[in-house]
Amino acid sequence: MQFKSQAVAKPYFIAAIGLFLGQILFGLIMGLQYVIGDFLFPAIPFNVARMVHTNLLIVWLLFGFMGAAYYLIPEEAERELHSPKLAIAMFWVFLVAGALTIVGYLAVPYATLAQMTGNDLLETMGREFLEQPLPTKVGIVIVALAMLYNLSMTILRGRKTSINLVMIIGLWGLALFFLFSFYNPANLVKDKYFWWWVVHMWVEGVWELILGSMLAFVLIKVTGVDREIIEKWLYVIIAMALISGIIGTGHHYFWIGAPAYWQWWGSVFSALEPVPFFMMTVFAFNMVNRRRRIHPNKAAVLWALGTGVMAFLGAGVWGFLHTLAPVNFFTHGTQITAAHGHMAFYGAYAMVVMTMISYAMPMLRGRPANSERSQVVEMWAFWLMTVSMVFITLFLTAAGILQVWLQRVSSTPMPFMAAQDQVALFYWMREVAGVFFLIGLLLYIASFFIKGKLPAHTSDTLATGKQRAVAEA
Amino acid sequence: MLPHKQLQTSFLRITTKESELNMSSAFTKSTARNIFYGGAVFFFLLFLALTFDTVSTLPKRDNSANMTESVVRGKHIWETRNCIGCHTLLGEGAYFAPELGNVYARRGPEFIKAWIKMQPTGAPGRRQMPNFHLNDKELDDITAFLKYTGEIDTNKWPPNIEG
Repeated sequence: MQFKSQAVAKPYFIAAIGLFLGQILFGLIMGLQYVIGDFLFPAIPFNVARMVHTNLLIVWLLFGFMGAAYYLIPEEAERELHSPKLAIAMFWVFLVAGALTIVGYLAVPYATLAQMTGNDLLETMGREFLEQPLPTKVGIVIVALAMLYNLSMTILRGRKTSINLVMIIGLWGLALFFLFSFYNPANLVKDKYFWWWVVHMWVEGVWELILGSMLAFVLIKVTGVDREIIEKWLYVIIAMALISGIIGTGHHYFWIGAPAYWQWWGSVFSALEPVPFFMMTVFAFNMVNRRRRIHPNKAAVLWALGTGVMAFLGAGVWGFLHTLAPVNFFTHGTQITAAHGHMAFYGAYAMVVMTMISYAMPMLRGRPANSERSQVVEMWAFWLMTVSMVFITLFLTAAGILQVWLQRVSSTPMPFMAAQDQVALFYWMREVAGVFFLIGLLLYIASFFIKGKLPAHTSDTLATGKQRAVAEA
Repeated sequence: MLPHKQLQTSFLRITTKESELNMSSAFTKSTARNIFYGGAVFFFLLFLALTFDTVSTLPKRDNSANMTESVVRGKHIWETRNCIGCHTLLGEGAYFAPELGNVYARRGPEFIKAWIKMQPTGAPGRRQMPNFHLNDKELDDITAFLKYTGEIDTNKWPPNIEG
């Protein structure tokens, strides 16, 4: 850590990990409800658990992005953050607003919550991922604007690198596209059309800028590869992301009432969406192979490589699997979608936040890297969570293929619930994989509390690093 | 110099050479940056143009001619009961409960209303839907909304009546 004000990132990262744990617990509840339908009913109906699961995901990723921005922008700009106090104040506003929202979901019926929070003034609630009450949505805008002011001022008065420019463009984009969450016309087709301007433009658009910037920052730090090379890669990757991803929005417009030509636009451009993710994998491995220093934080290097691979598999491969219109005609709105959603969010966004945390948290705690013991546990957590997520995805994919066959392809199509009964075995296996994921996450959290002898030197050689890892294990 | 320091220095020298070879010098960072800015702006403008065309041709497909006040009220009920948290509507939402975009065609209005009223079934181990205590007018509204949704031109999706 080079600047004192980077310390504001710490509470953001801690909150992110805490909310991540909440997200996984509610995921396990939902997974069980898939097979034991009345589990926790009526205390926590499925729709409430799902709202908590997905909203916690969004909020913890936002905490992670903000923490990352507060950490890397001062360092890139080579000056203190414009206002550390504002950043801390916004942390508390966001945390309290987030917590109250979750309590609201769990404590009162959704219709009551809508009434209490002024949904009749401006109807924005009850749409997937945008379920937040109006005051929460307004709160998100305020927190985002305060952050953008704070970070933009820091960059304006400091060094402008490609990494902090891409980061700030990504964050501005995030805030601007969120404004479409306030647009909810009575016309369902228009509602759905512009709903994607938040959801798709986030995850397959501006978030990729944030992801690229975070990954590039960590790769510069842990590999020591020349900045010019890394930033060139960054621009090529995000260029491909937006060139494919903007028109790629069309893959959501096949069956919601939009004109049929979207089947062509959407299929062709979203077929290119794996390209930037593949480049990200090549990028991460290339930079690590060409590294000019051996950073003592091996866990952070592992997370960075993992992000490249898993983002490509989850977002790229599993996205491509069902993105062509003739395929999507059969798979739209099935467990195939769920499979893709899980691996893509984990592989791209959850993992890049953990990459950043893995690199920055030891610095924030006054050391270049954690002890070998701590890192070994963290790397175990990496493998447990990542392998579990691969299995969750495979089981959901199997369930989805069967579901499509039984319900949509077969000459005697089954009703939805009858088909669900047929694939229950895969839901059970998914739940088991989910338990392993939770164990991985608990290990991850535990790794922060494991002490031990700190690594000696930033520029250790590869050989001694390996020997020590072997000796420790 | 310590042996491992020497090793490291030679390692450094090799990687420097390699990185010079990394990408051809003709393709510079500023070329990449220009492709990013140019590509992003061009394709966003193209997207806006397509959106403009979509929105202007939408009335032919979106069944807005039949968007009565009851339908609008029905959408409000749909949203404030968070139906999307379990069901899909035109394939979007959660995958826990049946597709409702074509439920009007599949089940008809009387079944829909009776079904909503009799929830939860309480069948042990089965997935449960809450009772939302909708009155008759609200039941008519949500049914009207589902009828309107079913008449949107979705390019013949879903593949069959089971959704």
